[in-house]
This record gives sequence, structure tokens and C-alpha cells, in this order.
Amino acid sequence: MIDQLDDIEARVSAALDGTADLEQLEEWRRATIGRKGEVQLLTRRMGEIEPADRPAFGKRINEIKTSLQAAFDARQEALRRAAAQVDDDADRLDVTLPGRRPSLGGLHPSTLVMRRIERIFGDMGFQTYRSPDVVTDQLNFGDLNMPPDHPARDMQDTFYTTDPSVVLRTHTSGGQILAMQEQHPAPVRVILPGMCYRNEQITSRSEIQFHQIEGLAVGPAITFADLKGTLTEFARRLFGEGRGARFRASYFPFTEPSAEMDIACFLCDGEGCQLCKETGWLEILGCGMVHPTVLRNGGYDPEKWSGFAFGMGPERIAMLRHGIRDIRYFWSNDLRFLRQFQRFV
Amino acid sequence: MRVPLNWLGDFVEVDGSPDELAELLTNAGLEVKAIERFGFAGAELPWPADLVMAAKILRVDRVPDADRLVLATVDYGADSTRQVITGAPNLFPYLGQDLGDADLWGALLLAGASYRNPYRDLKITRLKPKKLRGITSDAMLCSAVELGVGEDHEGIILFEPADELPALEPGRPLTEVLGDAVLDIDVIPNIARCASIMGVAREVAALTGAEFRPPAVPLTMDGPPIEGRVEVTTENPELNPRFVALLIEGIEQGASPYWMQHRLQLAGQRPISNVVDISNYVMLEVGQPNHTFDYDLLRQRADRYAGDGPVRIVTRLAREHERLTTLDGAERELRTNQIMVTDPAGSLSVGGVMGGRDSEIGPETRNVLLEAAAWERRGIRRTQRQLGVHTEAGFRFSRGVHPSQALLGARRAAELLRLHAGGTIAQGIIDHYPQQAPRVTVDFDLGYLRRLSGLDLDAAETADLLRRLEFGVDAATDSGPLRVTVPDHRLDIEGQHDLVEEVCRIYGYDRIPSTVLSDVLPPQRGNREQSFEDRVKDTLADLGLQEIVSYRLTTPEAEAKLQLEEAEPPPYVRLANPSTQDRIVMRRSLLASVLEAAASNGRFEDRLALFEVGRVFPVEEGDSLPEERERAAVVLTGPRRSSHWQAAENPDDCFDFFDMKGVVETVVDRIGLQVEFAPPEGASAATPFRAGRSATVVLAGGGEPVGLLGEMHPTVAANFDLEPAAGSPVLAAELDLDRILERIPESLQVEPVPVYPEVREDLALIVDEATPAASVEAALLKAGKPLLCAVELFDVFRGEAIGDGSKSLAYHLAFRAPNRTLRDRDTKKLRRRILGQVERSVGARLRE
Repeated sequence: MIDQLDDIEARVSAALDGTADLEQLEEWRRATIGRKGEVQLLTRRMGEIEPADRPAFGKRINEIKTSLQAAFDARQEALRRAAAQVDDDADRLDVTLPGRRPSLGGLHPSTLVMRRIERIFGDMGFQTYRSPDVVTDQLNFGDLNMPPDHPARDMQDTFYTTDPSVVLRTHTSGGQILAMQEQHPAPVRVILPGMCYRNEQITSRSEIQFHQIEGLAVGPAITFADLKGTLTEFARRLFGEGRGARFRASYFPFTEPSAEMDIACFLCDGEGCQLCKETGWLEILGCGMVHPTVLRNGGYDPEKWSGFAFGMGPERIAMLRHGIRDIRYFWSNDLRFLRQFQRFV
Repeated sequence: MRVPLNWLGDFVEVDGSPDELAELLTNAGLEVKAIERFGFAGAELPWPADLVMAAKILRVDRVPDADRLVLATVDYGADSTRQVITGAPNLFPYLGQDLGDADLWGALLLAGASYRNPYRDLKITRLKPKKLRGITSDAMLCSAVELGVGEDHEGIILFEPADELPALEPGRPLTEVLGDAVLDIDVIPNIARCASIMGVAREVAALTGAEFRPPAVPLTMDGPPIEGRVEVTTENPELNPRFVALLIEGIEQGASPYWMQHRLQLAGQRPISNVVDISNYVMLEVGQPNHTFDYDLLRQRADRYAGDGPVRIVTRLAREHERLTTLDGAERELRTNQIMVTDPAGSLSVGGVMGGRDSEIGPETRNVLLEAAAWERRGIRRTQRQLGVHTEAGFRFSRGVHPSQALLGARRAAELLRLHAGGTIAQGIIDHYPQQAPRVTVDFDLGYLRRLSGLDLDAAETADLLRRLEFGVDAATDSGPLRVTVPDHRLDIEGQHDLVEEVCRIYGYDRIPSTVLSDVLPPQRGNREQSFEDRVKDTLADLGLQEIVSYRLTTPEAEAKLQLEEAEPPPYVRLANPSTQDRIVMRRSLLASVLEAAASNGRFEDRLALFEVGRVFPVEEGDSLPEERERAAVVLTGPRRSSHWQAAENPDDCFDFFDMKGVVETVVDRIGLQVEFAPPEGASAATPFRAGRSATVVLAGGGEPVGLLGEMHPTVAANFDLEPAAGSPVLAAELDLDRILERIPESLQVEPVPVYPEVREDLALIVDEATPAASVEAALLKAGKPLLCAVELFDVFRGEAIGDGSKSLAYHLAFRAPNRTLRDRDTKKLRRRILGQVERSVGARLRE
């Protein structure tokens, strides 16, 4: 009987070697070392063995079981590994075919630029304040120190409505008055974004509507030096470290002193090129100290309060920043233009 | 304002390069838009020093067998003279003359240098030697056009020595004589005083510290006195504060001296004749516009109204229906608020704006009445606008010319007429100036300067900066304000704040420190509307829609495309002066905007998913100011997925009503609100949508609808030229964001994560076709309370098995108890209860 064990081991081992996949291997396991398998069942035949031989028989069976188990484990590992092998040649992909992209949406460039500007000023404590597009002539001009027949009215071509006292705002500056009147007598720090309108010929360089972002700070001790510091910091954050900025004198009826802020040209870094019309500088925003009359119209005594204001055009900034040559792209809503801003970072 | 630097140099020393000067002026508020160079390096047509030079003309001789050519012999500084062939008609008068003593000069250009060729469209051409009539010609005497300094090609440049020119020597490089750089300065309203060479010179002096040299205005008056011959009255001194008149007799009209023509051309004025050029020259130099009347014509008129009496000039308001034919030949009807220069016979000119044709200088004019007056700026601005006329004089007067300039301008013009038009100035100046402009003084508090500018300057420094601009400053002490007197050429200084700007400007904006706001931070408020709108935009973009921004100006017709039937247009905010006929009213609808955008993009692609968030401007009949409302509008059409090489095109897989609804649901859900949809009812049923495929949007809890969505009616889609492929409807929605904003919860409330598992069951119900799915779902939730925690529709089935007029709705139900695990018998009981109740409430029965 003991002699037969060697034969059994040899046969079963051979069968193990003959298994081709994990399925056959499992079949083999059930038939041999499984709970009801041939090898397990050998133990039951102990009764047929001479009592003296039983220890040796038992020991031999255990040896066989151990060795088969080990062989099984090895075989299983080998077959698993083989099964995990894939045939790269048979189902190779052309990895250069286009990927399947989800259809993405995106925001309009004006929204993107305005948000960025508003965030920078938001960090400095300037909150967004909104005001209407259709306003009285008084709010758009009169309250801003531009009475009728003021020469500065020539600087802006105004859309009048059929009621001559009502205009489409030519700038967001009128909102300054509303913000001051509302927040008086607290100090003010606001940003006023909004659509503005001017009666111009629509060309690649001028539009009848455009956004403007106005800023206003009013407090007991605000200086022109603060204006410079605040806007220089703004320029640093919007245009990056090391981009030169300069302030030069200018004129707005609602500020005194008034200034224009230029930044060094993106394209030529100040050397002079077509973009900056050979000046090396790009005009970015107008600003100044709030005119005493305007402060008074907002409810603040110019003897005790001072403030600065500034205004800029997000579309102009976007044009300079992104090399947009034609302002008409902004409201033409051509997806071939708008989609490019899905890459705006 | 074009400022030739040589002219500027009459009044102030200019050191440094034109670029440096331009930067200095730009920083001080006189923005130099461009620098144009003539002759020098950087010019479009440079004049090489050894090839283009001043040459003295010695003789002019006939060229044998050529009637139209002459031979000029010139001294150009070389060892020998040179002969130049030219066809210049302005040399013919000198034929055969020895000009050795005449001091007549020309601009000589030698072969190798380039010139603008008038016979080749002004192309820059290099001069090559050639033979003409047997004479070698390797040089030319140039016209202004050929040197690029003017438009004149009637003859060559001929000039004589003058104070306004550098010393002339034969062979002196022409750049040193006629070369120049011209700064083009943007004269914004507050620097109106710089619309003149003198005004700019004052600024240069203040900025560089150089001395400002005001023009000497000597006057040689030796004609018979003006007194008794001319009288001036001003009826409206508030509109015409000053009127200066001089009489110049015996003038001879002709060309003005070349140096004057040259300066005028560089400044952008075309030379015409000595009288006209002098008038323009003085306006540009001093900033004082002036006018010349033909005195003999005035005299003839006076003969009629005064006999032997004097010419009576009266400035007065125009009379009702008064008419005047102005210099430009237009007959104008005047308004009674416009000030005129008149005599008793009628009006002569529109004061400060434009002269009249009847009294203008003609070729025969010998005697001239010169006017230099002051006009109130608002009146001039109004007159220019009313007449639609904009002149150089009107430009200056409407921005303000100080009355003190009138006398200076008059003296300068009269003397130039004497010198360069051969006139004799009548003795006496009529200077009608009934009320002298008051001297403006301002008390300037240095504390205010510090508080506004952030600059810490003491009294002496401040006074010095102001004095550089010719402000008078009383002895400066550090206690008490500075007493500052405004110079009498400035009208723009009203108070201390204006002086702050002057001090900062001259000190240099760039030298003012930059500081961080150290002032009180106001209470931070945030902007709820803005963050809400941002949330809506972000959600829509996340959902794969592209934001657009449209014109807020449109036409009633463009919005009427939303109407299925013709209807009376609603009231609009309408422009009085539209710039283009397709932008005349403020929009009332955002839907029309997105549909227009969809149509314009539809030419390029089938799949469109667009949205806009923006204002609309509904206005009530009779109101001028609209109610401005924030809206969102969405449009979807075409294939649901963008095309891909792997996916077989499935034409049926297009956006439908439920995609649009899903967008609206998501937007509202993302701001913490729930929403209900109902078929439009009553008046709101007349929408641009298909009645059976549209819904009003109502926030959970009721109230006015906050929006509308659905499938566009094909007629409306076609009105917008939106004609997508069959089976692909156009879906749209418009939401009233202001109304939604009112309902946004203050904060999001979080529910605990359940401890006990939920039990799921499916349930299919058969209901009448007309029963809305929403009411079945509501009935289920009501019946299953409180353990039924979720209901999800997963199938809608119609067919024979169900029967006509019915549909089967299959739901996943989820049950959960907060405090224990539910067992089978719990759910069985609930299921029975639910079935009983939904049968009663919505007539639903179980589909077996």
C-alpha cells in the first residue's frame, strides 16, 4: 500500500503539471488535495494498513500532501501570472487618436478679467457695489463736477435717451455718488463694475458699450501717496512682479489732482513697439484724488475727508494682455473667440 | 497741438533730446502722442549734412533753348560755385540778375541724397546725376514737398535771413536751418492754456527750471489815429468781457516770409497769404485767436449808417431769425443766445467762432481792422454745438482763453502785419475791457497739501514750485496758509485742490512716495447679488455651457421675433442719438440676446450650449428710468455630446426638454433652493415656446414664477434664423435672478449621515396619462412619511399591457428609520399603506 503512494504522487504531480489554466487547476485541486480529493481520501484507508506501518504511512501521506500543496501553490502562482499576461500585439491601441473630452463650458473673457481685478481689490478691502446703467444726466455729469457746457463733456460722446435728462452712463463714476450717499458717514472702499456706453463709431478700436471698473476710497486721511501705493500693488498683482508702472498728470473733472497710470509695455518691455505706439508704456487706468465738490455731493466734508478714485476698462486690459486686436470680438459672441478663454489661468 | 521745437525755443531754452522733453511733458499732463522729426535722424526723410545744405543764390540765368528751365548759380560753401538747373517758377523773376547782394537762399540737395518725388506719388527717391540740355545736373534746389516739410510745390524754398532762423552760411547743413522736431501734444481741457507755443513754453520752463522769455511786443504806431474812426461797444460783457481792436492800413498782400510758412507747416497749418498766416501764427503762438476785417468794407457800411461818423462795432446777442453767411459759405440762422460781432448795418461774424463772408479779407484788401477779443467759454461751446461748427478759434475759446491774452495777441499780430505785410499801424489801441477779470488769490494751507498729497514740503519748497509756474506767493512762512496769486493767463485755478495738483505736477508724480492705505478699513459688507450671480455663472459653465455677453442695445423688431403673433411693442428706453440703426433701445429680453448669438454661431456648428447673465431694462409707459433686472438666459440645441471619432453619430441623441430642465434644476439646487415646474397658464401661456413643451419655474413654497423654459416654437426659432436639423429642437430658458435672490436661504443646513441602513424596493404604478409625474411623486412621498426617504423614477412605460390613456411609472423607493433597522414586515406594511393612499389621491394602481 505504501508502495502505491509513490505511484499516486507521481501520477497526481504529472496531472498538476498538465493543468493549462486556473480553471483546470481548480479541478485538479478538487480531485486531489481538496476536501474530498483522492489524496485526502488516502487517510481514510489507514485501516487497511498494518498497525506497525501506520506511522510511516501517515508520515508519507503528510509529506505528499505538503509537497503537492507547495506544487499547487507554485503552479497557481505561475498560471495566475500567465493569465495576467496580455497579448500587446493583438490589441494594440493607436494612442495618437484623439481623446474623448467632456464638453466644457467657460466664462466670457470680460467676466474672467473683471473677477480677477475685483478679487485683487477685494483683498484690499474694496467691496463690489453695483449701480444702474440708465441714469440721470445729473448723476452721470452734474454730481461729478461737470455742469452743462463743461468742456470735459466733449471727452465722452454720450447716448441720450428720448428724455434729455436721462442718459446711458458713460462711466461708472456716477456710482461713486450713490455709494457715498449710501455708506455715509462711514469710510468707503468700493469697486464699481458695470457696463458703460458711448456714442462712437464701432471699429476695431472703439465700441458703443464696454465695461468699466471704478474704485473709490474715502476716509479721514487718504493721500495721493496711498493712491499710488494701492494702484502699484494692484498692477504688481495683475501684471506680475517687476512690471514697471508710472503715474503722470492728467485731467478728470471729478478728481484733483488727476493722474493716468501706465505700465511698461508687455510686448517690448519699454523699448517701444507698435502696441505701445513707440512710447514703451501702456495706458491702463485713470485716477486721482476725489474732487472736493464730488466729496460734498456724496455727503462728505472735504475739510475732514479725502479720497481717491480710479477707473479702468477690463476689455482694454484683456486686449493688451491677450493680444486681442479687435474690440468687436467681445460682443460678437463668436464661440471661436470665446472658447479660447477656457485656457485662461 | 503740434509744437515745433525751434519755435518753442523762442520762449524757452530747450535742452536735451526731444524724447526727454516729451517724457517730461507727458508726466506733467501734456501727453505727447507722437514726435515727428524733420531732416534729423529718425525723420522719414533724413537730410545728410554733407548732401543737403543751405545755399546762397548768386545768379539766375536762362538755359539756351528752354523756356521753362533756368540755371541758378549757388554758393554752397565749396571752393567753387555750382550751377543747378531748375524749373522753379519763383526764380523766373530773378532771370538775368546778379543776386550777390539780395541775400536769397535756397535748399540745395546733391546727388546721392533722397527727396520726395512729386512726380512719383511722393516716393522717396535718390537723386542721380543726369544731363539736361547738355548741362550735367547733379544737384537740385528743393521745394517744401521735396524735403518733406510742407505741401507746397509751386516753387522752390526761398528764404532770407531772419531772427527766427539761425545764422545762414553757404553750405550750412540744412538740418541746422530748417530741420526740427515737432511734439504732438494732446491738449486735454484743463491745459487749454497749452494750445499755444507760449503755453507749452511756460510749462517747459516750470519743469526744467529754465527761464520763460515772454515775447517782446513792441508796437510801431505811426498811422493816423484810430480814434474817431472806429468805436467799439459790448452789450454783453458777461459773454464778451474784452474787445481789442487795431487798425492797420496800407498792407500789401503776398506770401508770408518763408520762416513763418515753415513754422506754420510744421504746426499743421497751410500757409495762405501774409495776412491770413499772421493771424494763424499769432493764434498758435500766443493762444489768442484773432480776426481781420476788411476795413474799407466796414467803412462803406458806415457811410450808409453813419455818414462821416465812425465805424461802430457792437457785440450783441443775435436777434430772432438773424442770419449770417459765414466764411465757409454756409448761410446760418442764429439763435438769440449766440453772441455776434456786428455793426449797425448787420452782423459781421459769429463771435469767437467764425467770421462772416461779407466782411472778410479779399485779394484787394489794403486796410485791416484787427480784432482780438475774449469770449466766455460756455457760450462759445454752446454756439459751436448749436451751429455744428468747430473751428480752431472755437476750440480755444470754448476751453477758456484768459482776457489778458487779448491785448498781447492784438499787439503781436499788428506788429507782424506791419513787418511782413507792409502795413502802417494807426495810432491808438481800442481796448474795451469794462470789467477787468479779478485777480484770483487762494489761501493755500500746507496741512491740506500734506493731507491730500502725502508729500511733506515746507513753505519755501512749495512757494518755489508755484513760482516756477508764475504764481505769485507772498513771503512764505511755515505758520499759516500761503497767499497765492494766480497768474493772469490761467482760468483753471479755483481753489486749494487745484494748487495741490500744480505742486505735485511740477514736483513730479513719480517722486511722490507710494504708501499702503493706513486709513480706517470700512465695515466689510460683501455683495450678495454678486456672489450669487457668480455662483450661477460658474454652475452654468460647469454644466458645459459657454458664457456670452451681448449688446444691451437692440431694436424693438429684434425682440418682436419672440412674438408668435404681431403685437403692439412694449415701451422701451429709447436713444435720442443712436449711432447705428440696429442699436436704438435698451433690451427688455435676454432670451432674444442668446437666441441671436445661437443663430450667428449656428452657421459654424450644430451643437450649441450658451448662456448669458445680464441686465434687462423694462420700463413703464411714461417713465424715463427703467427697472433694471438681472436675468439669466440659456439656449441648448443640437447633439447632446460633441462628436468623437469613436462614437457612431447618433442623430437622435440631441438636447431635449429634459436637458434644459436639468440645467435649471441644477442651477437652482446649487444655490440651495428647490423648484417646481408647471405648464404655463393663463396669460403667460402666450410665450415663444411650444405650449405643450414648456413650463414656468416656481420656487418651492410658491410665489410668482421666476422663469420660463421649454422648446422654442418653430416659428420663433425660424424668426431668429435658427433652423436646426429635424429631431433637434431649440431649448431655452430665462430666469429672473433678482426674484430668486430674494429667496436664497441664509445658510446651508446639513443633515446627519444616517446610522441605520436603508431598505430599497421597487414599485410600478399605472396612472392616467394626464396625471403629472410630479403629483405621483408628491403623493408617494406624502403617503410614505416619515420612513420613505427617497423616491426615484426609473422608467416610464406605455403600451398594450397598460392600456390606452394610461402610463406606467416605475420607482425605486428607499425606506429608513432614524433609530432602528427596518425589517421586511415594516416595509410590507408601508407598501400597503402607500398603495392605498396613492390610489385614492392620484388614482394609481399597482402594475402587477
